[in-house]
Amino acid sequence: MALITCRDLTLSYDGNVVISQLSFQVNSGDYLCIVGENGSGKSTLLKAILSLKSPDRGEIRFHEGLKQEEIGYLPQQTEAQKDFPANVWEVVLSGCLNSKRLCPCYSKEDRARARANMEKLEIADLARACFRELSGGQQRRVLLARALCAAKRLLLLDEPFAGLDPVITHDLHGIVKELNDEGSTIIMVSHDLSGAIAHASHILHLQKGPLFFGTVSDYLQSSPGMRFLGEA
Amino acid sequence: MFELLREMLNYPFMARALVAGGLIALCASLLGVSLVLKRYSMIGDGLSHVSFGALAVATALNAAPLQVSIPVVVAAAFLMLRLSENSRIKGDALIALISTGSLAVGIMALSLTRGMNVDVYNFLFGSILAMGRGDVLVSVVLSAVVLVLYALFYSKIFAVTFDECFARATGIKVGAYNLLIALLTAVTVVLGMRLMGALLISSMIIFPALTSMRVFKSYKSVVLSSAALSVICFFVGIVISYAWATPVGASIVVVNILAFLVFFAAGHIKYR
Ligand SMILES: Nc1ncnc2c1ncn2[C@@H]1O[C@H](COP(=O)(O)OP(=O)(O)O)[C@@H](O)[C@H]1O
Ligand SMILES: [Mg+2]
Repeated sequence: MALITCRDLTLSYDGNVVISQLSFQVNSGDYLCIVGENGSGKSTLLKAILSLKSPDRGEIRFHEGLKQEEIGYLPQQTEAQKDFPANVWEVVLSGCLNSKRLCPCYSKEDRARARANMEKLEIADLARACFRELSGGQQRRVLLARALCAAKRLLLLDEPFAGLDPVITHDLHGIVKELNDEGSTIIMVSHDLSGAIAHASHILHLQKGPLFFGTVSDYLQSSPGMRFLGEA
Repeated sequence: MFELLREMLNYPFMARALVAGGLIALCASLLGVSLVLKRYSMIGDGLSHVSFGALAVATALNAAPLQVSIPVVVAAAFLMLRLSENSRIKGDALIALISTGSLAVGIMALSLTRGMNVDVYNFLFGSILAMGRGDVLVSVVLSAVVLVLYALFYSKIFAVTFDECFARATGIKVGAYNLLIALLTAVTVVLGMRLMGALLISSMIIFPALTSMRVFKSYKSVVLSSAALSVICFFVGIVISYAWATPVGASIVVVNILAFLVFFAAGHIKYR
């Protein structure tokens, strides 16, 4: 049961091809980990899945009625401006917005969802704090909580562990795994390869073109997998 | 003080200006928060100049002022939004081009048909006498529409302003909300321009938001504070203008400047 199929995908910036002729598919309930060196196009691929970047060739398709409004996303970097007045609660709650069509206000469930996700990420006590005055790691957790609020069926995380301490990293692995067990599909870009091996069901290894796509056990046997694991 | 207020309200044009202007001040400040945070302040300023051009041409042709300028300014708003989305630097220059261009066209139209007279002065610097009875009705209805739409889409406007990329990624129609903001701004600018003047209306949009951001740190508190501040500064400005016979627009801006300085100092003391 394919949820997302990607066929012959080519992505480029101003003529510089970043990803060429990539094909893979993500099934409902999969936990796909995208690995690869810096600049290999991992973030670009996530943006293409989210229609933030249009492909030069090929296509990405959603199946099983998956809608954009059911996706949660943690960007690698946020453009949120430095002097933006917003507190943590407002930011996290805004993740619940995508499921609302015209209703102007948040429901009780939305608030409960936001609160639960903030507790999971241990930022409940920061609710009234000003977002821009938090540390980098705290901001990251706030944006993660927002992504969790938005993720109804699919969660895309771009290097979620960057800037987080080991304790939270460990907890976050658990949170994502739990979501996955509950049926959400996960696509994660990560440099934490041992974590990926431990939790993911599939790996996509990019390196100026796809290097490997398949199950984790196959990956461990493959030459890029062994080489990358040796380095890591 | 109360004597002064009672005296003011005895003039029907004053009462009209207070009601319509208060509502416009409210709309301007709410939209201002989004415009300032989205770095769209230039658009507000540009629109006021386009509005001047449209109004001047309408006056020269003896056409109905609001009915002509609202569509023109709305169209200009869409155009400017496109420009600033596509390329930041070139967009800025093009917006400046459009706004000074329409200023020039407006002045030409007026001076060819009526000579450089009191119209030009009033359009540029605003006039308390600008609001006729029909205009007040239009202003009240349109401001009410702006306020209702803003309230309905408050949280979406927040999401689109805070992180456009995330909003788009998670299926929120970012383009539509940007258009909505531009549209509401266009209407507000046209309505407020004749009272405040083309050169000063954009300060009514920008000042309350910037002032509130000195002290408040959540979006909601900034929005509420801007709204309150804008209306208060508007009323104080009008009273000053009446008491000392100064132009309305400039009086309101000066009060806004004072409020900014007070908040600036307060912010420094609070967050030192
Ligand atoms: N906005 C952009 N404009 C031009 N080139 C870009 C842009 N974003 C990324 N690139 C280029 O595309 C390549 C892939 O980037 P990215 O997808 O961010 O890699 P990764 O996330 O795997 O580190 C890099 O070489 C980068 O320089
Ligand atoms: Mg990246």
